[in-house]
Amino acid sequence: MILEARHLSVSIGLHKVCLGLDLDLAPGSRLAILGRNGAGKSTLLSTLAGLRAADAGMLRLDGKSYAEHGLRNAARLRGWLGQARSDPFASTVLETVLTGRHPHVGRWSWESGADADIAREALETMGLAGMAEREVHTLSGGERQRVAIAALLAQAPRLYLLDEPLAHLDLNHQIATLELLSRRAREQGVAIVMVLHDPNFALRHCDQALLLFGDSRHVAGPAAEVIDAPTLSSLYGYPMRRVAMTDFPHAVFVPE
Amino acid sequence: MPSRRRALLVLLALTLLTVASLGVALAVGSLFLPFGDVLAALAGDDNTASAIVLDLRLPRAVAAFASGGLLALAGTLMQVLLRNPLADPYVLGISGGAGVGALMAMLLGLAGLAVPGLSFVGALAAMMLVFGLAHGDGSWTQTRLLLTGVVVAAGCGALVALILTLAPEQKIHSMLFWLMGDLSQSSTPLPALGVLVAALLVALPFARELNLLARGADQALALGVAVPMLRRVVYLTASLATAAAVTTAGSIGFVGLIVPHLVRLAIGNDQRLLLPASALAGGSLLLLADTAARTVVAPIQLPVGVLTALIGVPVFLYLLGRKT
Repeated sequence: MILEARHLSVSIGLHKVCLGLDLDLAPGSRLAILGRNGAGKSTLLSTLAGLRAADAGMLRLDGKSYAEHGLRNAARLRGWLGQARSDPFASTVLETVLTGRHPHVGRWSWESGADADIAREALETMGLAGMAEREVHTLSGGERQRVAIAALLAQAPRLYLLDEPLAHLDLNHQIATLELLSRRAREQGVAIVMVLHDPNFALRHCDQALLLFGDSRHVAGPAAEVIDAPTLSSLYGYPMRRVAMTDFPHAVFVPE
Repeated sequence: MPSRRRALLVLLALTLLTVASLGVALAVGSLFLPFGDVLAALAGDDNTASAIVLDLRLPRAVAAFASGGLLALAGTLMQVLLRNPLADPYVLGISGGAGVGALMAMLLGLAGLAVPGLSFVGALAAMMLVFGLAHGDGSWTQTRLLLTGVVVAAGCGALVALILTLAPEQKIHSMLFWLMGDLSQSSTPLPALGVLVAALLVALPFARELNLLARGADQALALGVAVPMLRRVVYLTASLATAAAVTTAGSIGFVGLIVPHLVRLAIGNDQRLLLPASALAGGSLLLLADTAARTVVAPIQLPVGVLTALIGVPVFLYLLGRKT
């Protein structure tokens, strides 16, 4: 297992995000976290990333706790994409993507040519080839999001934890990003956890789903089983309908 | 693409600038000395020049370089720590605390090392007060640290104003000079130079981690940076550097704010290069400014802080205008 959680309880302030959560993420698995605004999706994700402590329970990354790994080793195994993008100081796209190489470069070393090649390849993968020397400030919101994902690709972790990876992306880049992540899971055996807002994407691009109801209740299981119209209706507090189409392999969920 | 070779070239160029500034500072003054005489004096020849160079100009030049380097280094560190390009070494109240200490010593009529001594004590007190108040409950946010610092600085400003009001008239001139930044009293520059070297040695091993901290604490933590420890190290290093600078030269303005920006505009924002480059550039700038301060309207000596502010304000406004 790349990531293993047992009886994990997470809270933020007085708000209970989840109680007794069990998770098993094997290589190649993809987990979607769904829930309303403020349900605690980001809080849970950063707990899974080891950035904040859980209230109770056990969390293991590749068989060891985060404390046993140490910060640097953990950073080689798992990557985390946060929601916020703020760069108070100027920086080029290439420099930004090279930050992903930090855990792989020794304290006294500088980024090597090989690191730069990895960063350029990540830029190309995210459709940003030729933008390496651009200032990050001059990019659009969607381009900056893709730069952040490219930095994560350059980090080359075995577990990707992504908080709203599709934010600011146009539709074709949303699909391209989801397909890229699915391909990495299939071909390289990385595990993916992502916070999503569209249950249809969760159904199509993830094999597991975790639904956070915001009152410490959660439902976890295979995506095709736990995502259905009644559960989604109660999750979002809005009636949802399942629509099956004859010429399309996936059913879609739409708000009534 | 950051590279070690480019960094070494930039630092070599700045070292040459420093040596040139030092040469000018030792040669220029009420009595102009040819460079040959300066070199002979430094080599140990006993002539008329040697007294001027070794006893008067060299200590003052070293004090200027060390103070400028300390302020620029502290400014760079504070800007990363607070993730705020407008931060400077004084924003967290350290110069205010030093000011209260120094003016108190002058008010009480203490002489010699009491003024720098009490100003250092004041700086340390302000530093610990801000750190304790902002960090007492274990949390750490830039906003809270910044607000605490600004409030402590304001309190120190009020105390300074009070001391100036109560002080007898003949002491006010030297108090004002101290507040504006003045190098004419600095006869013991070696502690400041030592602190500059030590601060660089402490900060440089963490330089790449500082690059990540500047981009955001959570992201840095996820990339393996021990953020809480790093913030303490940076805060203490920047504070001690500032305290050493104001103890040596009073509160000289704008070096700590504009030098990091000027260097950043010229060479980019990689702290591995920015930290030592800022130190060298800040030192050279203050060295040249102090040389100008004691020569342009000689025999009157201007407080060097007035000169750095006069240069710094328009340069900074220009940079700020260019950015938007």
